Amino acid sequence: MDNETKPSAAARRQFLADTARMACGVGLLGLGVGLYARHARALPPAAIRPPGALPETEFSAACIRCGLCVRDCPFNILHLAKPEEPLSTGTPYFVARQLPCEMCEDIPCVKACPTGALDHSLKDINKSKMGLAVLVDHETCLNFLGLRCDICYRICPVIDKAITLDPQTNARTGKHTLFIPTVHSDQCTGCGKCEKACPTEVAAIKVFPLYMAKGQLSAHYRLGWVEKEKAGGSLVAPDIEHRYNMPEGMKYESGKGLSPSAPPDAPPAGGPPGSASGLPKAFQGGKL
Amino acid sequence: MSAEPSRPGAEAIAAKGWLAAHKWLLLRRTSQFGILLLFLLGPWFGLWIVKGNLSFSYTLNVLPLTDPYVILQSLLARQVPEKLALTGVAIIVLFYLLVGGRSYCSWVCPVNLLTDFAYWLRVRLGIKGSAHISRPTRYWMLGMTLAVAALTGSIAWEMVNPVSMMHRGLVFGLGLAWAVLLAVFLFDLFVMRHGWCGHLCPVGAFYSLVGKLSLTRIRLPARAACNDCMDCFAVCPEPQVIRPALKAIGGTPPLILEANCTNCGRCIDVCSKDVFAFGTRFNTTAVPVANVAQAAPK
Repeated sequence: MDNETKPSAAARRQFLADTARMACGVGLLGLGVGLYARHARALPPAAIRPPGALPETEFSAACIRCGLCVRDCPFNILHLAKPEEPLSTGTPYFVARQLPCEMCEDIPCVKACPTGALDHSLKDINKSKMGLAVLVDHETCLNFLGLRCDICYRICPVIDKAITLDPQTNARTGKHTLFIPTVHSDQCTGCGKCEKACPTEVAAIKVFPLYMAKGQLSAHYRLGWVEKEKAGGSLVAPDIEHRYNMPEGMKYESGKGLSPSAPPDAPPAGGPPGSASGLPKAFQGGKL
Repeated sequence: MSAEPSRPGAEAIAAKGWLAAHKWLLLRRTSQFGILLLFLLGPWFGLWIVKGNLSFSYTLNVLPLTDPYVILQSLLARQVPEKLALTGVAIIVLFYLLVGGRSYCSWVCPVNLLTDFAYWLRVRLGIKGSAHISRPTRYWMLGMTLAVAALTGSIAWEMVNPVSMMHRGLVFGLGLAWAVLLAVFLFDLFVMRHGWCGHLCPVGAFYSLVGKLSLTRIRLPARAACNDCMDCFAVCPEPQVIRPALKAIGGTPPLILEANCTNCGRCIDVCSKDVFAFGTRFNTTAVPVANVAQAAPK
């Protein structure tokens, strides 16, 4: 009995020690890998995913890094991230300033994806949301400076929808118009052609991943004019007609300013009897 | 015979000739380099027979092949892949059920070229010491990678996996992946004998699970002829798999059923007595000793 239990107790202790050693060693490694993966989830601003890419958290679980999208891109814009690059190793991306997405109508990269990390339900390339163009530098954008560069506007594959030129007064000259390139997030696909085409040394308009580029109003915000249109009329019914609220007995005339009004039944100038002066009632205190 | 201890396989070369004593090794290298070349024909010469890498490849736009281990991580990270990838998984699993799970390691995986070279150099340089980590560590590694996938909701291991990193790097551009591969090489050379492939790699561990049921196995029809030269143990990357079948321990049939045999066939090459042969897991026949004695030396 004793001879049997003694070695088995030692063996058990050995087994537990070995197991603990292994679990700790491998666990530490796992912790490192996990943390590394967590860090890689924030897409760097210059890296744009191919069209149809799932949101980054799902993408990192669905993309198996096979590179089929890279191969099927007819313009060779896509790369697989190398280990030293600041996004998840082996995942596809492009850099708009180098080569933007050419927006193929048949979207071969999405078709090539075997896992659906590039969502196969994307059938219209104009509906893709690779990122969002942002006119980041108002100081160097030539249109902001008053020139008619307009290149980003003209190169945009969704011309006049994703980027419009909105006229504003040029306050510097006082007599010219600035044509401000304005990006509309509901139409912009994030292809990056505007960033590529921007003629300044460093692009004034850049494409960023959506999470960086897009703001969001708080959920309780309502836009009055939108609500009014939805309701088919004013929500504060009825709309009050605008009028000036003058002090009692005064009138306002353009160019002349305030002057005492002379209602038809008013007593003659000099004020009613008992008043200290000719001031109208409202100026005599008591009511205010 | 020289006074120097001869290198493993010398006896076999003397008995069978150099070519016959390297048959499976040559076939294996042809397979490894051939598969790599198939992947490189596209990017190097514009011949797109195979697209992709070992995680997923598409041959002639008809044959999808998917690494089941990556898909398992993806599933644990709560993403269900499209049908094409799942078809590829089915084909690969069936294939390795036929040819032997860890055949992937010795016939396909590019890291094997690296670690085999490290081992060859280790022997040549006479490097003796080796750190001790138990062989089952790889299953802990496998469990860890799967747990990390489930916990982080991403295929985290593929960010650092030297196996996919090497193949992807060779086909799509290496970047700093060479440093990781150098680390694996140096680890195997100086720190631990058969360190990566034999103790740590979770890809191999995964394929060994497939190999538990696989059909193609190393048989030992002539185990009675064994002269205890130990050459098979010297060349085997997983020597622990040989003993039970060779020495009939606990009535083990003349068949290597251990899941971690990589079916590399090197034991067949280096055995001057032709103890080993490829066969199926159902073929347990052994040649009687008398016949062996007649058949062995010419």
